[in-house]
Amino acid sequence: MIEPSTPSTLEAWTEQIKRDVSEHPVFIFAKGEKNAAMCGFSHRVMEVFNRMGVDFHVRNIFADPNIRPALCAYTDWPTTPQVFVGGKFIGGCDIVTEMYQNGELKTLLEQTQPGGGA
Amino acid sequence: MQTTHPDTIRARIESALPGARVEVSTFQGADHFQALVEAPQFAGKSLLEQHRLVYAAVDDLIGGAVHALALKTRVPVGDAG
Repeated sequence: MIEPSTPSTLEAWTEQIKRDVSEHPVFIFAKGEKNAAMCGFSHRVMEVFNRMGVDFHVRNIFADPNIRPALCAYTDWPTTPQVFVGGKFIGGCDIVTEMYQNGELKTLLEQTQPGGGA
Repeated sequence: MQTTHPDTIRARIESALPGARVEVSTFQGADHFQALVEAPQFAGKSLLEQHRLVYAAVDDLIGGAVHALALKTRVPVGDAG
């Protein structure tokens, strides 16, 4: 019996990933914990949201060997970190950085969190 | 340990996106790559779709000889999307 809080199979992780991204406005699948990234790219995406003053949730893909394959199959995206805003996959470090620099990320966050993201 | 030369990655991307201008180099060691890709095929596509096109060309290398592939994608000037 799999508890919802401790998925183990690929299928269970896929369901958990869907819950993660639907329950939080900004969700990051990263190498490492929140603000304790174990990879430069994961660190950079967290820094973007920190600089914008936008709160985010993180799931460490190293917490279980099935998280990464379930995530990459779900998004059809080969690398991590992977960032979701408003339940939608927006991209990895390069795209988030570019959207931060060109203002698109701010616009998207304002649409996702009315009154937030200041 | 598997290794890949930047030219291998460049050739893969050029073959998947004919007419593209591609620059590939390494950083932080031999398995971290960065690529600048200007391709007419990107016209009208979102960044997410543009990156997907590039990843598709090197999918089997990522996680093996390619630990990271930092991407910058652009529509060539004059091919406004």
